[in-house]
Amino acid sequence: MPNQVPVHEGLFTWPSTKPQLLGSRCVDCAETAFPAQPDCRSCGSRETKIIELGDCGTLWTWTIQTFMPKAPYKSDETPETFQPYGVGYVEMPGGVRVESRLLPNKPEDLHIGMPMQLEIIPFRTDDNGDQIMTFRFSPVKEA
Amino acid sequence: MDVAIIGIGLHRFGRSPDLSGMQQGASAVRAALADAGLSWKDMQFAYGGSQDAGNADALVNELGLTGLQFTNIWNGCATGGSSLHAAYSAIKSGEYDVGVVVGFDKHPRGAFNPKPADWGIDEWYGETGMMLTTQFFALKTQRYMHEHGITEESLIRVSEKAFTNGSLTPTAWRQQALSYDEIANSAMISDPLRKYMFCSPAEGGAALIICNADKAHLYSRKPLFLKTAAVRTRHYGSFEVFAPSQAMNVADASTVTASKAAFEQAGIGPEDIDVMQLQDTDSGTEIIHMAENGFCEHGEQEKLLREGATGINGSMPINTDGGCLANGEPVGASGLRQVYEICVQLRGEGGARQVPNNPKVGYTHVYGAPGLSGVNIITK
Ligand SMILES: [Zn+2]
Repeated sequence: MPNQVPVHEGLFTWPSTKPQLLGSRCVDCAETAFPAQPDCRSCGSRETKIIELGDCGTLWTWTIQTFMPKAPYKSDETPETFQPYGVGYVEMPGGVRVESRLLPNKPEDLHIGMPMQLEIIPFRTDDNGDQIMTFRFSPVKEA
Repeated sequence: MDVAIIGIGLHRFGRSPDLSGMQQGASAVRAALADAGLSWKDMQFAYGGSQDAGNADALVNELGLTGLQFTNIWNGCATGGSSLHAAYSAIKSGEYDVGVVVGFDKHPRGAFNPKPADWGIDEWYGETGMMLTTQFFALKTQRYMHEHGITEESLIRVSEKAFTNGSLTPTAWRQQALSYDEIANSAMISDPLRKYMFCSPAEGGAALIICNADKAHLYSRKPLFLKTAAVRTRHYGSFEVFAPSQAMNVADASTVTASKAAFEQAGIGPEDIDVMQLQDTDSGTEIIHMAENGFCEHGEQEKLLREGATGINGSMPINTDGGCLANGEPVGASGLRQVYEICVQLRGEGGARQVPNNPKVGYTHVYGAPGLSGVNIITK
């Protein structure tokens, strides 16, 4: 099992069996930010605290990235192996809409308002052989 | 004190393989000077900017080392709007009588690839594939269509109009009109936006000579007047480009606040505008900007576009030269290309693309990352 390293510290709880997105909440005005911010962009307060934003939400808008982005995009893909990916904003119970990659990459599989579930996935392998982990949302599976 | 525009110049947008971006900027300045009947040594100040083609103040190497005050401006897609605002203020203050505003650029082919750190964002955002302006415009358009009942038909009609206007504009990059079906069947780039609904990075230059309106008659027989120049950035909660998250309560976009400020300063309203330029990085964004600038209600665009209201002979002609869609986007130059085109229209020099009935009041709007807008109102 390769070592699994988050793409950036503080975006989500890791390692975890039930990972959560992390954000910050302003102590003064209660506005929520993702990623966590030391200062509040709403009221300018310098007092914020780290909170869990949850692991499921509702799709607020979406698109599909059909071409492989140039740098700074950094994946293991080549133009030949590139697969289109969904991108959207997911409305979180923590009180903020988070931009994220989405598992579905066909328009018929995406619609505004659909319930989405957080997953933490290996995104690429770095030079040390570590798996770089990022977050993504996929449709909530029918019970 | 009022501010007059007495000279306009453009270096053709598109591709100029034999010229640097800076040479295209110098070409635009020479054209604007010739239009005003002035020479470079008459210029008391300059404001200019480019994203990828070098420092604007190095233009003195092309135009002459006259010792003038030359300030470089960089403000994303709103660079031209911000340069013009700075020049407007320089004249308004009474410090200077006459100067030049210039924008130019020369981008590599393909989509822009901004660096997260330049925008105050950590690297993961770009590495995992979210640092793309095309995505943002698609995400905003998708939500807007859902909320306001706009259909794909409207997206297609905006592009159809843009390329029709481009075909009537000798300086436009894309001079080929495209049919409704060609646009509707073009490749999907970022749902709901297709290939012919996006502008492309390009090259070009634009320049304006502006002066104290009290002295305009010394220089020009046909001065136009810059009634206002307003630039605003985003508020907390506005839905803007390069944002890893958005607040739950959506606030007015920077376009709304810049537009309101401009109308208030000019003492007129949207109903007084005869011809307009609205930033059309893509066709969805032009639709959104129609309402954000106050020219219609949200959702009303579907009917207006079906009626052809935004065409050259319509009730609210938008982007008469084909806009960014037909001219491409040299970031430093685009905002001033908009003002150039409005001046052409107000002078009645639009030829095949001239708006009828002697337009008297024009409007320009640029939008840039990470959420700023510049609005100008120009009158006869
Ligand atoms: Zn706050």
